[in-house]
Amino acid sequence: MKDFKRVPVPTLERLDQYPLGSSCKSFHITDMNAGWRVFKPVIDKDKCVACYRCYLVCPDGAIHQSEDGKFEIDYDYCKGCGICANECKVKVIEMVKEAK
Amino acid sequence: MSQPVKINARTITKDEYFYGHKACGGCGESLALRLALKVIGEDAYLSLPAGCMAAVSFIYPNMAFKQNAIITPFASTAAVATGVAAGLKALNKNKLSVGFAGDGGTADIGIQALSGAIDRGEKFIYICTDNEAYMNTGIQKSGLTPFGASTTTTPAGKVIRGNVKPKKNMFEIVAAHGIAYAATASVGYLEDFMMKVQKAKEANGPAYIHVFSPCPTGWGHESDKTIEIAKEVVDNGLWYLAEFENGKFKLNKTPKLDSDVRLYLNAQSRFKHLTDDDIREIEALREEKWERLIKEWS
Repeated sequence: MKDFKRVPVPTLERLDQYPLGSSCKSFHITDMNAGWRVFKPVIDKDKCVACYRCYLVCPDGAIHQSEDGKFEIDYDYCKGCGICANECKVKVIEMVKEAK
Repeated sequence: MSQPVKINARTITKDEYFYGHKACGGCGESLALRLALKVIGEDAYLSLPAGCMAAVSFIYPNMAFKQNAIITPFASTAAVATGVAAGLKALNKNKLSVGFAGDGGTADIGIQALSGAIDRGEKFIYICTDNEAYMNTGIQKSGLTPFGASTTTTPAGKVIRGNVKPKKNMFEIVAAHGIAYAATASVGYLEDFMMKVQKAKEANGPAYIHVFSPCPTGWGHESDKTIEIAKEVVDNGLWYLAEFENGKFKLNKTPKLDSDVRLYLNAQSRFKHLTDDDIREIEALREEKWERLIKEWS
């Protein structure tokens, strides 16, 4: 589990694993947004200059810096809006149609 | 006031505090919220009314916030936020209370609670994410919908050309309370926005930030153009970046007032019905506004 996700996805197999009442733990995220995408952003890591721009402008926070200093995308939570590709200063993010 | 630390993509925390939410792809409001939370920090207390940001993050059994967050009645974001601030003070906790509301929850429904909260002088931050209509309920006109925009309650037809009134001047209404710190921002200028959130955090009393945040669903623009549109609107002068501090207004950016507003308007389907006459009227409104702003604020 990557540390930026903070918590593992909670298991919801039995009824008593669901939060009760009108409150629940913070960061209780049980499902993904991956199915929203029509186009998927792909970063060309060799050409990425690590300018932090895509990380800054991502509304979902789905882009993060990996250990080699370059940026990578969490495809579980990327919605494919295309802001990163549009804002990339060196234009190395390509929007690729999702294969069925 | 001390010189604020330089805030940019490299210096903000790498931790995400708003993650896995269900906002539409390309949502400007969720971007504003995400970055504001990074500046505000992990141990703040958030109050959100029934708007988009509450609807996309508190979907049972999901909870997309890291911070403590509560959904408030629509009219009382600022009342709840100051109540939380008073509670924190009573418990001797030196933590921040923050209210996040949309344009409807700020300028129409929540204005009374906001006015009262600023008047009480409680230390809290209020961030208005302005997407210029009630987007959560289906794009109805709010007090901050601009002139000419087509919404479901001001549809553009042959006689009426979308919304007939210009935006309510929310920033100056708030500043007129003599608030400790108020500012306008845009998601097109994110460093500027984060710097203002930091100033709001350091302010000695209530602070208000009005951030312009495009909505691809309600405005009818491509989801990847959110930042571009939010930048263009500042560059052409239809929106402004300003601050109110120590009783004085300050303009942060002077736009090119002879630039063509069509670049901004044509990117959005809510403005596609506008005729040349309507666009001239929008330009006249811009000119009138800036004549006053430059005279009074710079």
